[in-house]
Amino acid sequence: MTITVGAELPPLTVEATPTFVVATALATRDFQDVHHDRDAAVARGSRDIFLNILTDTGLVQRFVTDWAGPDALVRSISLRLGVPCYAGDTLTFTGRVDEVDGDEVTVAVSGTDGLGEHVSATVRIEVTA
Amino acid sequence: MTATERSATGRVTETDAGGRIEEVAREIAAAGPSDPDPARDPVNQAMINNWVEVIGDANPVYTDPAAAAASVHGELVAPPAMTQVWTMRGLHGVRPPDDPLRRMTDLLDEAGYTSVVATDSAQTYHRYLRPGEHVAASAVLEDVVGPKRTALGEGWFVATRTTWYVGDEAVAEMTFRILKFRPPEAGAAAGDTDGDAASAGREPAGGKRDTGPGRGEAAAATVLRPVVTRDNAFFWEGLRAGELRIQRWGGTLRHPPGPMPPDGDLDAEPDYVVAAGTGTVYSFVVHHHPPVPGKRLPFVLALVELDEGVRVLGQLHGAEPDEVHIGLPVEASFDRIDDDLTLPAWKVRS
Repeated sequence: MTITVGAELPPLTVEATPTFVVATALATRDFQDVHHDRDAAVARGSRDIFLNILTDTGLVQRFVTDWAGPDALVRSISLRLGVPCYAGDTLTFTGRVDEVDGDEVTVAVSGTDGLGEHVSATVRIEVTA
Repeated sequence: MTATERSATGRVTETDAGGRIEEVAREIAAAGPSDPDPARDPVNQAMINNWVEVIGDANPVYTDPAAAAASVHGELVAPPAMTQVWTMRGLHGVRPPDDPLRRMTDLLDEAGYTSVVATDSAQTYHRYLRPGEHVAASAVLEDVVGPKRTALGEGWFVATRTTWYVGDEAVAEMTFRILKFRPPEAGAAAGDTDGDAASAGREPAGGKRDTGPGRGEAAAATVLRPVVTRDNAFFWEGLRAGELRIQRWGGTLRHPPGPMPPDGDLDAEPDYVVAAGTGTVYSFVVHHHPPVPGKRLPFVLALVELDEGVRVLGQLHGAEPDEVHIGLPVEASFDRIDDDLTLPAWKVRS
């Protein structure tokens, strides 16, 4: 495909159910109680269990390669965390192409939930024709 | 700074504590990278299958041998975003003694900066990993900056750089930055009910810590946060980007931003200008009481008349209360609270 600056990626919606929060925490080997034990999360000042950062990295990667295709090479993922994504919320990823330099494409990604922007990320991929 | 700070070892001046932290940080940085710490398991298909299943990643290069063989990779590979997963320490893991983040965390804990939030991470993948490869992670202290006043409390920004190796080959790198901060006194912490969005989504560094982050999350829940609306979102976004943005209706500036121009024209659409950031104190108060979450008393709150003509409120830094006067030249400064919130502030123009 021809990738042009400003192109929007198809949005991705993820239901962050309690099962999703727990399953992703364990699949990323993150056993922190705030990702699987609601009582512990509440005791630490959170409303509920919440998504971990390794899952954000994974979801951002998936969001970009779902669009770019299986031959796109992911070269870097930078992310900044915002509001938490609590169990029961819905995450919506949007993205646009920020830069195209030969085979290198830079995509700006934003993941928002009911509280606001949960994650903002920059993903650099290499797309060989 | 004039305040006296309490540390675990007694009362010491901030300057002394800060000097010691900087000194030890230099030692830790000078010690260089920690010994590569091997992952529990080699890169393996079972963990990849678990991961792509929960993430919902249908890319066949991770799971379908035939599709992978026909791809640019020529064989099955692991998702780059799993890199950190391989060296997670598991349910009972502890960081090795030479881990710079562990050493820095211990040092700051001792100095009373007991809470932690992550601020950002940046991962670079030099190549894809293949099942059967065994990675090891080595970390070095990259940068320590502080003490900084933040609304979470006074703290230090600590950045580490982790490199993942297969044998001698560096395959991926990550810069990870955290804020280690001193939670505000309990008495100053009351009064906010909706601020829990501030920190709960942030992660203790590396996903695992030996000391609990609970106090930090409780403290962050106290930060007073503005109500961001469609009308003022540009202002708060600007502050995050280091810009003081002023709403403009045609030729008229308006601050605070509102839904319509001063003449009430319902068809008008605003844009904004970026203020130069210079102005003078138009009025100010010295706040002594009651306590404000995240603030050390007393502090100066100044209404500044910008050179552009509008007036903007913010805390004034860098001047003792008795040095502040109407007409004092100031310039904009930005109090970064966290990834979402930066507050407008002022500093004395030199």
